[in-house]
Amino acid sequence: MRHAVAALARRLSAAAVVLGLALPTIAPAFEIEAEQRFGPAGAGARIEVLSTTDIAIFAPVIEGFLRRNPALGVHYVVASSQEIYQAIATEGAAFDLVISSAMDLQMKLANDGLARALPPDQIAGAGAGASLPDWAHWRDLVFAVAQEPVVLLLSPQALAGGLAAPRSRRDLIALLRDHPERFRGRIGSYDPVISGAGYLFAVQDARMSDSFWRLAEVMGRLDLKLYCCSGDMIADIRAGRLLLAYNVLGSYALAGRDAGAEGAPAVIELEDFTLTLLRTALVPQSAPDPTAGVQLLGFLLSPEGQRLIGEAAGLPPIDAEAFAAHPHLRPIRLDPGLLAHLDRMTRARFLGEWQAAMDQP
Amino acid sequence: MTARRAPSLRRRLVVQLLALAAVLAVLLFAAVRFSAERASEATLDAILGAATIAMAEEIRSAEGGAVIDLSPGTFSMLAAMGDERIFYRVNLGAATLTGYDDLPLPEAVPAALAPMFYSTPYRDTQVRIAAVSRSLRIDNRPATLLVLVGQTRAGQSAIAQGLANRAAAVGLVVFLLAVPLSLLAADNLLRPIARLAAAVGRRGPHDLRPVRAATPAELVPLVVALNSFIARLRGTLAQTETFIAEAAHHIRTPLAVMRTEAEMALHHSGDEATRARLRRLIRAVDDSARSAGQLLDHATVLYRADQQTPAEVELGALALALIERFRPTAEMKDMRLTLVPAAVALWVHGDAVLIEAALRNLIDNAIKYSPAETEVTLTLAAQAGQAVIRCRDHGRGVAGARLEALTSRFQRGPNVGDVAGSGLGLTIVSEAMAAMGGDFALDAAEGEGTCATLSLPLRAA
Repeated sequence: MRHAVAALARRLSAAAVVLGLALPTIAPAFEIEAEQRFGPAGAGARIEVLSTTDIAIFAPVIEGFLRRNPALGVHYVVASSQEIYQAIATEGAAFDLVISSAMDLQMKLANDGLARALPPDQIAGAGAGASLPDWAHWRDLVFAVAQEPVVLLLSPQALAGGLAAPRSRRDLIALLRDHPERFRGRIGSYDPVISGAGYLFAVQDARMSDSFWRLAEVMGRLDLKLYCCSGDMIADIRAGRLLLAYNVLGSYALAGRDAGAEGAPAVIELEDFTLTLLRTALVPQSAPDPTAGVQLLGFLLSPEGQRLIGEAAGLPPIDAEAFAAHPHLRPIRLDPGLLAHLDRMTRARFLGEWQAAMDQP
Repeated sequence: MTARRAPSLRRRLVVQLLALAAVLAVLLFAAVRFSAERASEATLDAILGAATIAMAEEIRSAEGGAVIDLSPGTFSMLAAMGDERIFYRVNLGAATLTGYDDLPLPEAVPAALAPMFYSTPYRDTQVRIAAVSRSLRIDNRPATLLVLVGQTRAGQSAIAQGLANRAAAVGLVVFLLAVPLSLLAADNLLRPIARLAAAVGRRGPHDLRPVRAATPAELVPLVVALNSFIARLRGTLAQTETFIAEAAHHIRTPLAVMRTEAEMALHHSGDEATRARLRRLIRAVDDSARSAGQLLDHATVLYRADQQTPAEVELGALALALIERFRPTAEMKDMRLTLVPAAVALWVHGDAVLIEAALRNLIDNAIKYSPAETEVTLTLAAQAGQAVIRCRDHGRGVAGARLEALTSRFQRGPNVGDVAGSGLGLTIVSEAMAAMGGDFALDAAEGEGTCATLSLPLRAA
C-alpha cells in the first residue's frame, strides 16, 4: 500500500508537469516529434499545421490539398496532444490549423476562447457544412475530420487452443480470469497518467459501464503493461510480447494489419459498446494566417478531402449513418462535458482509483 | 359659395386608428421581447443554480482536503442550449482549489446553498455566473466552500431574439389587419352621417318637410337645429304665400264692385268720350282681376306643392270642363277650341287643383296671344307610362325666349307688349308640373304658333 501511494504521487507529479498546470509560467517550448514541409520550395504561403497524426498517415491528404492549391505549401508538425494543448494555450504558438485526437483538450481550447469561429459560408462552400452532423462539430469552432473506433487487439496466439474471441467486456473479463497464466504480463493498454488519449478512453469507459472497473482490477492483477502510444502496443503484439491490447485507436490498428504480416493481430469492436473518437481540427486565435487554416479545414471536410482521409490515410471519414447502422458504436460527445474530466482534482481522484485498481496485492 | 373644407372625418378616423394600432404593435413587440428575455433568463438561471448546488453538494471532505468529482453530464446539460461555453471555479476559503482561477468572484459571499447570480465579462465573452457557498469540515475545522459555475448565454439571446422576431411579425400582422378593419370601422361609423347627408341632399327645392331619417344620438342636435330651421323657413314662406293670397282676394272683391259700377255707368252714359273711358277702365279692372287671380293661383300651387296630397285624377273630364269654361271667351275672338280625342278617360297620378291651374293658364295664354279666327287644340295621349297633354295654338309664338326665362316669376316674353299679363302664368304651369313630378316643355309649333307639352305619370296599372 505504501508503495502504491508513492507510485501514485510520482506519476501524478509527472502528469502535472506534462499538463503544464502546476508550473504554467516556466513552460518551455513544446516538444516536436517530427515535421515535414510539403509543396514547392518557394511557395508563396505556407500553412502551419500542428497535428497528433503521424506524417506517413496524413501525407496523402496534404498532397491532395496541394494538388488543388499548387501555389501553397504546408509545414506539418507532429506533437503529442498535451504538447499541442500547451503550445496553443500557454505559448500562443503560431499555427494555422490544429488537428488532434484529444477531443477534451481541443474542447478546452475552444471553450476558453482560443479557437477562431469559422465563417459558415467557407465551411459550407467546401461542401460539408450542410451535411456535417451535429455531433461532428461544436459551434463553429471545433470540427471532426475523422471518426475512429477504439478497439481491442488480439494476437493470434491469444486464442490458441480453440478459445472463443471475446465479444463484450464481460467475455473479456471471463477470458482473462479463466486463463491468468496465459495472459499474465502479456496484456497492454494506454497509461492514462501519461497519455491524454488513454485518460480520455478510460474516463469514457468508466462513464459508460461499471464493468470497466472490474476489467481494470482484473488487468491490474495480471500485471497490465502501460504504454504511451498505440504504435508501441501494435509493435509488441506483432513481436509476440503482448497477446492482447485494450483500447487501441482503430486506425492505427488497421494500418498495422494492412502491413499484412504473419502475426497480424485481430481487431475486435466490443459489442457492449465501442467508443468512437472524433479526430478534431480547429483554427487557433493565434493563427498567423487564419484564412489558410480555414481553407485547409474546408478541404478536409469536403467530399474530396473526406475521400482522401478514408482511402489514402486509412482514417474512417465522418459518416452520419455509422452510429445508426452500428449501434455498438458510441461517439464520445463533443461538448463541454469533456471539460469535467480535465479538472485537475477530478483527474487526480480518477487516477487515484485507477492506480488502486492497478496495484493489486 | 362653398363652405371652408375641414379635414375628412374618415381620413382623420383611419389615421388615428392606424396610429393606435401601430402603438399597440410596438408595445406588443416590446412586451414580448422583455418578458421573453426575463422568462428565458429565469429558466436558465434555475438550471444553472441547480447544477451549481449539485456540484457544491458533491464536493466531500477527505483526509488532507476536499475531493471533487465533476460530472460531465452537468457540463453537457449546461452547454446544451446554444452550445454554451462553461467556466467554473472552486474556492476553499481564500484559496482556489480548481477551475479557472481568474473567474470573477461575487461581490458578497452568498447565503448557504442559495445561488447568487451575476453577469460579468470574462475573457473574450460575457458570462452568467451562479455562485453557491456551503461550509465544509476540513481537518476538523469549518471552511467556506465557494463554487462558481458560469455559462455563456448565446442560446438565450438566440431564443429571445427569435421570440422578438416572431413578436415583431405578429405586431406587423396586427397592424396590417388594422388597416382594413379601421377602414371598415370608419365606414361603419360614418354611415349614419352619409345616410343623413343623402336624405337631405335628395330633397327637391320645395321639399320643406322636417328631416325624419334615423339619427344617432350625437347627430340629434344637428338634425333638431336643421328641422327648426326648416320649420322657420316653412313658416316664413307660408306667411308670404298666405299674405299674397289674402291680398289678391281682398283686391278681387272691390275690383268686382268697381267693374259692376263701371258697367252700370257705361250703360247710363250717353257721352261717347265718357263711354270710351269707361270701357278702358273696365278692361284695366279685368286685367287687375286676372292678375289677382293668378297671384292666388300661384300661391295655391306653392302651398299644394308643399302639402303633396297626390290622388288619381281623370284628365279627359277635367280638360273637357275647362274647354267649356273657356268657350265663351274664345268665341268673343271667333276662335275655335277643340279637344282631341273628344272623349277619353286618362287617369294620372297628381293633384286635380294643380293640373287644373296649369291647364287653365295654358289655355288662357293660348287664347290671349292668338289672333282672332284661329284654332286652339288640346290633345290628350298616353306615351311610355306618361300622360301627355299638348296645347297648340296659332299665335305669335315665344320669339325664341328660353323656357327658364319664361317660367321665372314676373318675366314675360319679348313680344307681348300689347297684351296685358302678369308674367305668372307659365311660372304656375312649371311649378305645378314640378310639384307632381311631371314635365313642362314649350316649343315653336310647325308653321306658326306655340306647342306647350305637359307630361304627368300615369296612374299605376
